[in-house]
Amino acid sequence: MKIYDDEKALIDGLAANDFDATEIIYRDNYPSIEAFILKNNGVHDDARDVFQEAMIILFERVQSGSFELTSLIKTYLYSVSRRIWLKKLQKLNRHYPALENVSEIVAVEDQIEMHDKVNRDLDRMQQSLSKMGEPCKSLLEAFYLEKKSMPEIAEAFGYTNADNAKNQKYKCLVRLKKLFFSQYKNEL
Amino acid sequence: MEENILLDAIERYQNGEMSPEEKSYFEELRKHNSNIDEVAVEHLLFLEQFSKARNINSFKNTLNEVESKLESEGLISTNNRNDKAKVITLWRKYRRTIAVAACIAGIVSLSTASLVSLYSENKKVAVITPLVDNKLNQFEHKLNQMENKLNDATTVIEKPKFEANFRATGFLADGNGYLITNAHVVDNARNLIVENTKGEQFTAISVYSNPVTDLAILKITDTSFKKISALPYTFPKVTAELAQPVFTMGYPREEVVYGEGYLSAKSGFYGDTSSYQISISVNPGNSGGPVINKNGDIIGIISSKETNAEGVVFAVKSKNIYNALKEVKSNKEITIKLPQVNSLKGLDRVHQIKKIEDFIYKVKGN
Repeated sequence: MKIYDDEKALIDGLAANDFDATEIIYRDNYPSIEAFILKNNGVHDDARDVFQEAMIILFERVQSGSFELTSLIKTYLYSVSRRIWLKKLQKLNRHYPALENVSEIVAVEDQIEMHDKVNRDLDRMQQSLSKMGEPCKSLLEAFYLEKKSMPEIAEAFGYTNADNAKNQKYKCLVRLKKLFFSQYKNEL
Repeated sequence: MEENILLDAIERYQNGEMSPEEKSYFEELRKHNSNIDEVAVEHLLFLEQFSKARNINSFKNTLNEVESKLESEGLISTNNRNDKAKVITLWRKYRRTIAVAACIAGIVSLSTASLVSLYSENKKVAVITPLVDNKLNQFEHKLNQMENKLNDATTVIEKPKFEANFRATGFLADGNGYLITNAHVVDNARNLIVENTKGEQFTAISVYSNPVTDLAILKITDTSFKKISALPYTFPKVTAELAQPVFTMGYPREEVVYGEGYLSAKSGFYGDTSSYQISISVNPGNSGGPVINKNGDIIGIISSKETNAEGVVFAVKSKNIYNALKEVKSNKEITIKLPQVNSLKGLDRVHQIKKIEDFIYKVKGN
């Protein structure tokens, strides 16, 4: 395992989706958050869900470059997890925990709101992708994410030539867009 | 098709692949034609959305891996959810829906599948892979249509539209998503999909295939595949003893099927020393299934059966797997680690199967 001498290195590792950095953050922070949730009407699985959500919010922020080290990772994760858990309790109508004595450590309310919105968009994308099926999904991933060239893709997916693959990619893209935007229409 | 060219231009512009003249021409065009500009803005936003979604998805995979690692160390404990209201996360909900969809598909396929054996060159040995006929494809198509209608009425059913024209068996050799199956299963396939007993489907590619030993290694490429930390079985290098009782699991039907038999000869077809002869009942679809002894060691891989004799089945010896791994390592620089710890010894058969079945996959393709 690599050694991370400071928070900055951990943040960079997290932004790069690095396994070791993620593991260290998990080890350092999970126990305290789990303890908080167990103390406040939650069970182990709740703690896992909440912590994952908080990690994803942190990930989004470090990826967009908007996470500044004004607060420690620890305080940030704790604040976010706490907000998420409170919201969940409200939705579930469980008893409110006694939290008066805990003041807001970092203002995270806006970020969580934004995350919820982003999450809905991501869900839509995810659903569109799964509706689309294979090989379209892999084809688009190979091109847009793995940045493979058309000749490489033609070879990997068994198309006769690059033009053919390109054509297929275009068709897949149009289908994905249709699926994606139709969900917005349904909402109106 | 015009849109095709435009989108392509937008992407090349974004990636900085345009020549300076082309670039200024394109910028000019955007400035003066608001339609084009609109398409460009929308397309770029969409692509951003797309990469973001996939990014977060792969981060979630990392999270899950970390979680299962820490869970195995005991740092994270699972469930004790005993009370009323439950927080059910979305993916758990979907998983159930998929399972239901898989069940429906299973029944329909069964009633229409007619199994045909594929003959290999020497005509005496039938390769055990069913060719599911056109009728099945038509039914699958209808099923897809029905599903689409259902989709409109309910939530999303995750089931890729994939028309398979053969089905076989494979099993995990490395928790990172490496499966072993037969070379004849994957050799002429364009697309491969593997499916576990829970009905979860993943796309896979072939990273090794050797028609001489009839062994192939597949790699699951789907990011949704969750790494498995410990496989329960091992692969002995020594030749197994005659008369040893063995069993196998495979997919001659849509559902996993168990079969028992014994080792009847230490060599295979026409004295082929790289395989065993086994007396067991297998059918098209069993190809690529593991041959397991009472201790839970995988001693071979079912590959073919003799057509004019009953119960004469040939299985590739497991020591060939080690040679295959060496070749994969030197040719493709992929290191595959076979499991070293057998956790099946001493268990009764029912429990052994329970521990094994999750790692036996259906291999489909076209």
